[in-house]
Amino acid sequence: MILSLFTAPENADAKQAVADAAAPAAEAASAPLPPLETAHSWAMPTQASTFAESTDNLYWFITALDTAFFILIIGAMGYFMWKYRRRSKEQKTSSITHNGMVEFLWSAIPTVLLLVIFVWGECDFVKQSVPPQDALEVRVTGQKWYWTVEYPKYPGVTLNSSTDEPALTLMVPKGKPVRLTMTSNDVIHSFYVPAFRLKRDVIPGRYTQIWFEATKVGEFNLFCTEYCGDLHSQMGGVVKVLEPADFERALKEAGTLEQEEGESMADYGARIYKRRGCVACHSIDGTDGTGPSWKGIWGRTENLASGTVTIEGERGQQYIRESILEPNKEIVSGYAPQMPSYQGQLDDTQISALIEYMKTLK
Amino acid sequence: MADAHENNESNYLTATRGLKSWLFTVDHKRIGLMYLVGVLVFFLAGGLFAITLRTELLTPEGGDFISATTYNKMFTLHGAVMVFLVIIPSVPAALGNFLLPLMLGAKDVAFPRLNLLSFWVYTLGSMFFLFTLAAGQLDTGWTFYTPYSNTTGTAVVSATFGAFILGFSSILTGLNFIVTVHKMRAPGLTWNKLPLMVWALYSTAVIQVLATPVLAITLLLLIVERTLMIGIFDPAMGGDPVLYQHFFWFYSHPAVYIMILPGFGIESELIAVHSRKHIFGYKAIALSSVAIAIISFVVWGHHMFVSGQSELAGIVFSFLTFAVAVPTAIKTFSWVATLYKGSIEFNTPMLYGLMFLFTFTIGGLTGIFLGALSVDVHLHDTYFVVAHFHYVMMGGTIIAFVGGIHHWWPKMFGVMYSEKWGKIAALFIFVGFNMTFFNQFVLGQQGMPRRYWSYVPQFQQQHVLSTIGSYLLLIGFTVIAIYLVHSLRNGKKVGPNPWGAQSLEWTHTASPPIEHNFHGQPRVENDPYNFPEIDRTGATDAH
Repeated sequence: MILSLFTAPENADAKQAVADAAAPAAEAASAPLPPLETAHSWAMPTQASTFAESTDNLYWFITALDTAFFILIIGAMGYFMWKYRRRSKEQKTSSITHNGMVEFLWSAIPTVLLLVIFVWGECDFVKQSVPPQDALEVRVTGQKWYWTVEYPKYPGVTLNSSTDEPALTLMVPKGKPVRLTMTSNDVIHSFYVPAFRLKRDVIPGRYTQIWFEATKVGEFNLFCTEYCGDLHSQMGGVVKVLEPADFERALKEAGTLEQEEGESMADYGARIYKRRGCVACHSIDGTDGTGPSWKGIWGRTENLASGTVTIEGERGQQYIRESILEPNKEIVSGYAPQMPSYQGQLDDTQISALIEYMKTLK
Repeated sequence: MADAHENNESNYLTATRGLKSWLFTVDHKRIGLMYLVGVLVFFLAGGLFAITLRTELLTPEGGDFISATTYNKMFTLHGAVMVFLVIIPSVPAALGNFLLPLMLGAKDVAFPRLNLLSFWVYTLGSMFFLFTLAAGQLDTGWTFYTPYSNTTGTAVVSATFGAFILGFSSILTGLNFIVTVHKMRAPGLTWNKLPLMVWALYSTAVIQVLATPVLAITLLLLIVERTLMIGIFDPAMGGDPVLYQHFFWFYSHPAVYIMILPGFGIESELIAVHSRKHIFGYKAIALSSVAIAIISFVVWGHHMFVSGQSELAGIVFSFLTFAVAVPTAIKTFSWVATLYKGSIEFNTPMLYGLMFLFTFTIGGLTGIFLGALSVDVHLHDTYFVVAHFHYVMMGGTIIAFVGGIHHWWPKMFGVMYSEKWGKIAALFIFVGFNMTFFNQFVLGQQGMPRRYWSYVPQFQQQHVLSTIGSYLLLIGFTVIAIYLVHSLRNGKKVGPNPWGAQSLEWTHTASPPIEHNFHGQPRVENDPYNFPEIDRTGATDAH
């Protein structure tokens, strides 16, 4: 089911494409449901950050006050409706037109209560605005329609909500403050983790910042809450809170992307394809994405602005390598120049592995 | 009240005939009716968009009814049509045009030709929306947030240009109303004898004139940016997307009050007339409209608590937001107090009056959650917000508008609709409305984001309830449309004042009114809420 969150909009084939792409993890991915965060259908989501409790307390405080006022107002209305229903056309009505004392009270009492709510909300908000000095630094980038997360302290770790299975977007240690510095590569997105009661817009051309401290180990939903186009509702992910020791281990693992013993180049390429985000735009089943599909790419002839290229042999290798390192130099016609350069992110072996992988995609 | 012979006299509907006599009329009543037809047609369109959206949301998976692209266009058009073509013109331009001169004892608005012009400008603006529908639609959300609106391939320019033009219609109507209220009141009709509907229309007109130009400039800048590539809001061209949000909400928050204040006006009339009581706290209600009109200009930032605006700005806007809650609370209390020791008749208009109190109270109270900074961080852009503004815009303005149509229907057409079907439809609307939107508070509280075409399965139950509610609403509105149209031909004829109201449109002219409104200049001695049933003997009751 988690897959249904991240599938393409219009056709089932694309859905299948993503499922296939995650093939090695398919068994794992088909089992877990998205984190179910509420105990029952009227509850708040799990409280999983240090902010959650106070926010909820204010939420329930306002709910209680509102309920009291609602009962007062609608109760009075209901009572008057019954008591003063028209019994006869001649029924006399009162000549009251105003009452200074009553009007003063019903202006003053709500004012005082509203001030209390204002101050409470304001104090919590200020707390959320000032990250502690020792917070773990995390960089979050939003783009249509996935999140990428990097950890300056752990070079080489990039989590990507469209490729990491299942939709793992952010890993954080429990009980340690984490500061997110966020920006967008295209339009405005918004980073929202209900279980943390945390939300901030992610804006192109500037950095926004939030922080939190997770209090509960587990997996939590991440949603995009600023409308950003077709796959807005699929731009979600999973936030995984780990014990600090597990967190260190997981990040170390995530930081390495090396050929394993006994792993063929093509299998290694398949892993890179997923982990480095190629899967987001290039399908392997022929479905057209933001970029050309890799199905049958080896041996195919493509139109470029400068002529045609047949992707095979030495020239093919060269063209693929160039398209990864300088993607916008020669674009297959019909596609927009949208791919970022992977210069410095993929080494020669990894690019070769990708090419070997392409050769297997008949 | 010489009405006996007036029945044979021609009224504004029959005075002249032919299509041209309507299209080029300067009669405020005819212009009001034409607006009413336009508003209702677009209400139908916007409503059908909503039903489509709700149907898609029956299941968590997207695409079992419409594609993501279609869904995004539908919610955009639902919002844009409902805001710009329905709610904003509904009460002021449609009912207000019809009623304002009648309530003031005037022959027409101050500038009748300008009034016709605003109608034609409205028509032109709505043509741009229809063109947008034909030319690739629109998928930006009704807010046109940048830089999305700069980059999408849909017909942003024609839609924003449509909204730009509609703004002029709004400004012209506002100007006209302000001058009319100042200069055209009948002798004796002092400011503190004005029906509260007039106070509400007046406050609305002030906001329309002051705020709408800001929207016009904002939309124009957006068009300039999109067509001439001048970087204003798009960071890719050196602009600032958050600046757009400031501009947009600087208009669109006051616009919320452009939408709701006229509803308040109708509510005051409905509650007082149908409970035969003097409205409680006339001055408080009138002045709170003015207070709201002023404060509404300085609360726009509460739409942007999580947008990256400065924390200090967030705090100031939160404070001011709570300040605007107080006058709104005062109004609600005053309406309930008006019922006290009244003689309440449960006819169709009054059912909507009481329904308004119920739904608008929920809408108002849930606004408190969103004004509180830390809670808003959680609820912002979730279904909680969707539920809140539907309780205000629909549970407030639209319910009041429907109540107003029922209240003034006999005045507009001289006929009465079926009271039985009126009550049945009101029941459908009450149940349907609350079923559709109350769950959405719960959805939002649990973190369901808005503008989602697919969602995580745990939300399905609430979504299904909500969709069923929307079908009930559809049934309710269909029933209303049928019996109202039916009444035009077959409805029972009524006299000038079937409700026994005391304002001039009821006491001094026929139903439907004659072309020039009044025979001679009416003079006002009476208060509009001084009903004959009020017991003057127990003077000790009055404080």
